Amino acid sequence: MNTQGKVVKYLDNVDTDVIIPARYLNTPNAKELALHCMEDIDADFVKNVHAGDVMVAGWNFGCGSSREHAPLVIKTCGTGCVIAKSFARIFYRNAINIGLPILECEEAAEEIAAQDEVKVDFDTGEIFDLTTGKTYRAQPFPPFIQSIIKSGGLLASLKEGTRNE
Amino acid sequence: MGMTMTQKILAAHAGLDKVVAGQLINAKLDIVLGNDITTPVAVNEFKKAEFGSVFDKDRVVIVLDHFVPNKDIKAAEQSKTCREFACSHCVSHFYDVGKMGIEHALLPEQGIVTAGDCIIGADSHTCTYGALGAFSTGVGSTDMAAGMATGMAWFKVPSAIKFNLSGELPSNCSGKDVILTIIGMIGVDGALYKSMEFVGDGVHSLSMDDRLCICNMAIEAGAKNGIFPVDDVTVEYMKGRCEREPVIFEADADAEYEKVIDVDLSAIVPTVACPHLPENTHPASELHDVKVDQVVIGSCTNGRMEDMEAAYNILKGKKVADGVRCIIIPGTMQILRECVERGWYTAFIDAGAVVSTPTCGPCLGGYMGILAAGERCIATTNRNFVGRMGHVDSEVYLASPHTAAASALTGYITEYKE
Repeated sequence: MNTQGKVVKYLDNVDTDVIIPARYLNTPNAKELALHCMEDIDADFVKNVHAGDVMVAGWNFGCGSSREHAPLVIKTCGTGCVIAKSFARIFYRNAINIGLPILECEEAAEEIAAQDEVKVDFDTGEIFDLTTGKTYRAQPFPPFIQSIIKSGGLLASLKEGTRNE
Repeated sequence: MGMTMTQKILAAHAGLDKVVAGQLINAKLDIVLGNDITTPVAVNEFKKAEFGSVFDKDRVVIVLDHFVPNKDIKAAEQSKTCREFACSHCVSHFYDVGKMGIEHALLPEQGIVTAGDCIIGADSHTCTYGALGAFSTGVGSTDMAAGMATGMAWFKVPSAIKFNLSGELPSNCSGKDVILTIIGMIGVDGALYKSMEFVGDGVHSLSMDDRLCICNMAIEAGAKNGIFPVDDVTVEYMKGRCEREPVIFEADADAEYEKVIDVDLSAIVPTVACPHLPENTHPASELHDVKVDQVVIGSCTNGRMEDMEAAYNILKGKKVADGVRCIIIPGTMQILRECVERGWYTAFIDAGAVVSTPTCGPCLGGYMGILAAGERCIATTNRNFVGRMGHVDSEVYLASPHTAAASALTGYITEYKE
């Protein structure tokens, strides 16, 4: 699994209220919600994002609410991967469950600049900054989680489990 | 090496004698919870996965609380999705308008959760029930869907920080000041992925409402859960209330903690978290120049009986300052009814406040008290992120009911003094 695209960069403690403001949560429709992704801190995000782009942020990305709508809108906008120094735990879990690739890598999150062209190999955890030529290696997921992601999310993996029983 | 209280509950629910921090386990769930925002997404997933039925109709809890009574047509559609799902699966704990309350005030009150439980809820403040000595944590809608279908969830066993509480709180402070002080100390990711285990001689002096409030905001420090030991205060609260027999777990004497932090309750002062993070805390006394346009007293953090009592004691016979909108939201219908019976509802109206039926409403910028650009609110809620209660250029200051009510009377952030 790979993604390649331009980097959009954010700071620490990006919370779920700015990823998708609660005032829009009167619908579960991901496409409709995605129109408002990041708008409270970056009004141009939705306009500028392209399929495969990489979001890079600091500590505690996705803190706050348990709304699964948050990773869902980031994915629906076309973002190929989120790289952060750390993720808030519910966001981390939700991203896995809905199949949004995320990687924790302090060094990459610190050094990669906005607008850099970045390629990510999600299977190996390798992050290539094609603009600077530098390579980073993120901690790969434990096998348990990898199997969930490979199945396409938690529910698909549960269904597979049922079939294998 | 022994286990923490959280680890013991998880081990028991995973059918294991022992678990260690970092271990991945599959645990049996006692309760699976969702609300009117997260349940519709879970219902979609549940249907897509072609699950036939819920694992136990008495262990799934659906509470309409965020946008009800329905704030608009779309919210009404979401409520309808929840209602139809609950009806078709004969969910016994379905709480609609008239019966509902803010979920984390409602579930303990109704005795749906109890000591020793393993609970997931598609709401980040599900960590509230740790106050009863349960393991309880927030998840997303997909986890809720899987939990409703299988009665199981995977967890990574958390390590823990021990908070050793001593002394007794000053009378103008409550659980809110304790948890804001702690978040100010350790930061919004200070307990990331970990349990916050509250122990020590000081625990006994904290009421259940204080403990529920403290555990409620464990997530604001990034924690997986917050938990209190079960003592006679807990047992008294649970007596005649809980549907199921409580199971009491205790941490082993040689349990391992990543850190031990001592908190002297007698040294706590009325504390306020300034915009735009709950860790940005200051003593209320230093913020007397901060003018407020709105005061909100309510939410899953502070919409309980003791919170209403604090507001009543401060507002009775007085007037909310000119130019201030004071919105009081009792957490459940039972609390609302109690406010009416005791005459507090009238006292609130006489003071110039408005009283709403239970709702999360303004806490997450839904409705019932949205802020305009440049406006400022002091609220007993739990988050003060950018745009949380309305316009991106509005501000939320988090405080206790004492501080919020005292501020309503002056129009400025005010430390309450008896």
